[in-house]
Amino acid sequence: MAKAQAQAVADSVRGDNRPFALSHFEPAVLEDALRQMYLIRRFEEGAEESYMRGLVHGTMHLSIGQEASAVGICLPLTDADMITSTHRGHGHCIAKGAEVKRMFAEFFGKTTGYCKGRGGSMHIADVSKGNLGANGIVGGGIPIAVGAALSIRMQKRNDVVVSFFGDGANNEGAFHEALNIAAVWKLPVIFVCENNGYGMSTSTARSTAVPNVADRAAAYAMPGVIVDGNDLSAVAEASVAAVERARAGEGPSLIECKTYRHRGHSKSDRNRYRTKEEIEAWIARDPIGRFESQLVEYGIMTRDAVEALRENVEREIADGIEFAKASPMPLTQDVAMYVYTD
Amino acid sequence: MTTRELSYAQAIQEAMAIAMEADERVFLMGEDIGVYGGAFQVTGDLVERFGPERVRDTPISELGGAGVAVGAAVTGMRPIFEFQFSDFATLAMEQIVNQAAKMRYMLGGEVSVPVVMRFPAGSGTGAAAQHSQSLEAWFGHVPGLKVIQPATPHDAKGMLLAAIADPDPVMIFEHKLLYKMKGPVPEGHYTVPIGKAEVRRQGSQLTIVATAIMVHKALEAAETLAAEGIDAEVVDLRTIRPMDKDTVIASVKKTSRLLCVYEGVKTLGVGAEVSAMIAESEAFDYLDGPIVRLGGAETPIPYNPELEKAVVPQVPDIVTAARELVSGRR
Repeated sequence: MAKAQAQAVADSVRGDNRPFALSHFEPAVLEDALRQMYLIRRFEEGAEESYMRGLVHGTMHLSIGQEASAVGICLPLTDADMITSTHRGHGHCIAKGAEVKRMFAEFFGKTTGYCKGRGGSMHIADVSKGNLGANGIVGGGIPIAVGAALSIRMQKRNDVVVSFFGDGANNEGAFHEALNIAAVWKLPVIFVCENNGYGMSTSTARSTAVPNVADRAAAYAMPGVIVDGNDLSAVAEASVAAVERARAGEGPSLIECKTYRHRGHSKSDRNRYRTKEEIEAWIARDPIGRFESQLVEYGIMTRDAVEALRENVEREIADGIEFAKASPMPLTQDVAMYVYTD
Repeated sequence: MTTRELSYAQAIQEAMAIAMEADERVFLMGEDIGVYGGAFQVTGDLVERFGPERVRDTPISELGGAGVAVGAAVTGMRPIFEFQFSDFATLAMEQIVNQAAKMRYMLGGEVSVPVVMRFPAGSGTGAAAQHSQSLEAWFGHVPGLKVIQPATPHDAKGMLLAAIADPDPVMIFEHKLLYKMKGPVPEGHYTVPIGKAEVRRQGSQLTIVATAIMVHKALEAAETLAAEGIDAEVVDLRTIRPMDKDTVIASVKKTSRLLCVYEGVKTLGVGAEVSAMIAESEAFDYLDGPIVRLGGAETPIPYNPELEKAVVPQVPDIVTAARELVSGRR
């Protein structure tokens, strides 16, 4: 029996009926998880506002509403564990420990940004924290995650790799090839599909032959788990089990987090494919409010502590935007730097 | 250092074995490279020496396999990924062009991608249109990649060892008809630099810039031309990206005539780049005639052996073009 399950059984024997995450993780870890969820939400709202004010160019893909998935999956990870992320990756980045001021700086195209202004929203990475990067290509990060897991195996380490991707990626060849290779070689990868219901405008019902992305795990002889992606505890529980399995050398898993993006696909989205009722129903199931209520209800945090945490996040966001504004622009004469390693 | 005769394929195998012996991060991936030994027997028996973990058979998944190699490269390993045929790179372009080539740049220099990809390329084996292409110019068009085409066993070993030591992604195009060609190869470790062309034959009346198997055809043509009193210089380009402009410019300034010979489709190919580079350079003022290109025909590679020969430059084509160029008939 996996350790997480054993813990759950032990907890229930002791009459602990708290949600999994609350009994499994220390209060400080849970508080930090809530802080990260706020930070993701406020970072993206700050980025959106900066875009509206013309401070950020290009486009961005917001994950507002999907925070529980990013934070819950990363809860059992260490800095030595790695992730690959997606075009909708700000949440993964923050959940893996990135600093919002350097993320803002990247949005503003500044030299202090994670990519020194060369990457922007779709390429933020923080290799020192095991984040191998967001990716502008749907499914592009999935085989790379499998390669990172192969490195772990060949270097005889005990780390794992999480590959985040959306429901759209599950119809890319890269998804299928990568899952197959990881399964054949029994590599320590956790494939995490954040199913927000739409690949841009096309619903999973119109694009995907199986009702659940997790059903596809059967084709690659790995566990496929469906969780409420807006319930941080449920996500964390699935992640803990998959991470333990991977660390034990038992191979990859596929987790499908059913969730929703409150915003459109990108800044060009006129939102013609979703109803107002559908959006409102999902906003009512906002993952941040749910987790916050659990923490207060089970006495992990007081309302005052929650309020203080929110204020800290506000300051961090405001400071981050100021840092980005004040940072230097890259020089055009340096445009060819980093093409090659010389 | 002792030198002996090895085939081109043996030279590549020896380079991989030396690198794997010296550095445990180096490993091989590809389709049927283990007990089968590779479609062209380049990996041969390396699996017996280094085991299936380091001589790793992949499923027939070019995109997935290339991505795995990229992921391993950015996380501390030195993978060498063999495509069974260079044509199959078409299945993996996403990982090569969008990921391997750009990752360092997109991430602001935070990572390097030390992956080597090997591509058996070219026509002449009767394998028809999907197993005979010369697609190296495609890759030469992508900043972030290095693209090499060694023409001799000596260079194949030395350039592959340079590629393995290189921190950036290197694509090595190996002409299949060269695999069995023998030539002197020093024992032990040595490198041949990426980005340096080699003057294979000194001459005074025209420069023939050639790549891969065309280097040998150009040298053969040069002998015929010499018998007629035409003194051709043959430059083996060796690297497409980054191209060694200095060597080509110096040669054209000396000979005043340029003939480019390459197997890839003529239009928008390697010779187009060499021609434009010379036209833009100080060598332009030295030209005594038009720049001439001999490249692959504007067709897929056909199956019939006579047709197959007809669509890529042959020795008589080079002789004729050189003769016309030097005599002012072109």
